[in-house]
Amino acid sequence: MAFIPHTPDDVARMLQLIGVQSIDDLFDEIPGELRAGVLGVPPAMSEMELGRLMAERAASDGRPLNFIGAGAYEHHIPAPVWAIATRGEFYSAYTPYQAEASQGTLQLIYEYQSMICALTGMEVSNASLYDGASALAEACLMAVRANRAANSRRILLPRALNPIYAQVARSIAGNQDIVFETVDFDRASGCTLLESLQPYSGQDVTALVIQQPNFFGNLEEVDRVTDWAHQNKILLIAVVNPTALALLKAPGQWGSGAAGIVLGADIVCGEGQPLGVPLASGGPYFGFMATRMQYVRQMPGRIVGRTVDTEGRPGFSLTLQAREQHIRRSKATSNICTNQGLMVTAATIYMSLLGPQGLARVAEASLRRTADLVTTLSRIAGVRPAFTAPRFHEAVLLLDRPVAPVLAALARRGIFGGLDLSDRYPELGHALLVCATETKLAADIDLYAGALADVMKSTRVAA
Amino acid sequence: MRPAHGAAPNGVVEVGISEHAQSALGDLVFVEVPEAGRALKAGDACAVVESVKAASDVYSPVSGKIIVGNAALATQPELVNQDPYGAGWLFRVQTDLPLDAASLMSAADYEKYLADEAK
Repeated sequence: MAFIPHTPDDVARMLQLIGVQSIDDLFDEIPGELRAGVLGVPPAMSEMELGRLMAERAASDGRPLNFIGAGAYEHHIPAPVWAIATRGEFYSAYTPYQAEASQGTLQLIYEYQSMICALTGMEVSNASLYDGASALAEACLMAVRANRAANSRRILLPRALNPIYAQVARSIAGNQDIVFETVDFDRASGCTLLESLQPYSGQDVTALVIQQPNFFGNLEEVDRVTDWAHQNKILLIAVVNPTALALLKAPGQWGSGAAGIVLGADIVCGEGQPLGVPLASGGPYFGFMATRMQYVRQMPGRIVGRTVDTEGRPGFSLTLQAREQHIRRSKATSNICTNQGLMVTAATIYMSLLGPQGLARVAEASLRRTADLVTTLSRIAGVRPAFTAPRFHEAVLLLDRPVAPVLAALARRGIFGGLDLSDRYPELGHALLVCATETKLAADIDLYAGALADVMKSTRVAA
Repeated sequence: MRPAHGAAPNGVVEVGISEHAQSALGDLVFVEVPEAGRALKAGDACAVVESVKAASDVYSPVSGKIIVGNAALATQPELVNQDPYGAGWLFRVQTDLPLDAASLMSAADYEKYLADEAK
């Protein structure tokens, strides 16, 4: 039986019809240097041979001890999470086309939305977005629709925001007449200070983005920043780590609560990967987004609602769909097509299994391990913490020499020692971003410290 | 569109959607009206009417500045269905004078246009 539906004749006829010589010609628009080229696998192998080859390739990755965070976090995933998520009833990435016929899928999404609302302290969540970075881009577009007091389409992005998120927001929203301006961070604390926002006071600004904890792992003064934004009629977009929310104040409560100042972030978004999704070379992950009920019509993506049928029985349905693309076409609120249903399924099971206490234990352990890591590594000559602000589960260390050779030497010992920040943050010098979650035990931290001490003895200090 | 409070000597007009439009959309569940003070040009989308099955932009027929949106529609969008030419108005505009009426369609012409469309 042929598993490939098109015969060589079919392919030749199709190519002839559209007037190209070969399938490769269809990819001419993609510059050669961006193409994968030769993959280093034979053109055809038997299933058995292929299985053996792939097992060998996988083994060559080794089992490195990973201290890199920077937006994707290695957490323990309890075995039931994926055992349940991969059951036939759940095992699909898609919301069904006839959504209401799949009440179980809709109920799961409804439970997910309820959990995201509980974590963020917001009133309404959508059914997920593509990933954390694109969720921020969508939040920026949404803020322009929602903030009707502002006409400028100016959005302030802290330099302490994950630089990949900033890049994605600029790529997606920058072509829609949205102007992004960068707000610097304080070199001592590693936080976005109110003083650096003051120049924008009284100006026409659409939204301010604040990440908690920020890219460096530091805790921002979100109450003061939120008050400032609302006093200036600026919408506050919170980018948050869902694990950290088990310990930190929910964005829906950000602000002083002083009379006359609106309490809470206006749009909350972030990366859902820490909630039961494996690192897997960068994806698939999922983004989450929540907001106030007053902005629900400006929120992109699908929303599942709980309702009753004509006989009064409870049920679930897609709701507030009139502005989505299958109805509004090019004028839809968003062009988001992909939802990450399977990842959301895993995350919902993960949150259900852990509960609020379990998630708080994960967060506490991660915080403690990172504190231990920073203390232990800082005892090594030539290593010190870069910032003074309180942290969650990530920290910037300053080395007395270039970071890249140090990381390369650690990698040869099976340790991924962190992320070199010197390309994206040259102003910090030889800066290294490290992370330890609950998966790193005291022995792992000692192993890293021992290896780093050795490497620091053998690599040269920069002139 | 009609002059607010009878004639429009001061150039203030009240904008809504037609009987035909409200009927075609069906029961409205949400109406978004523009903020006071917003400057707009004729043809700018400045309001949205949303029914359970569709959401449509409403374009300003004139250039000028928004004086006020109809706040009553926030809780009673059905006013647009019930009384599109009265209580269901969407927003009031201070038009840039002189008003260029030649570019607008009279009610009689609109009826004729709809009848021709239906043929």
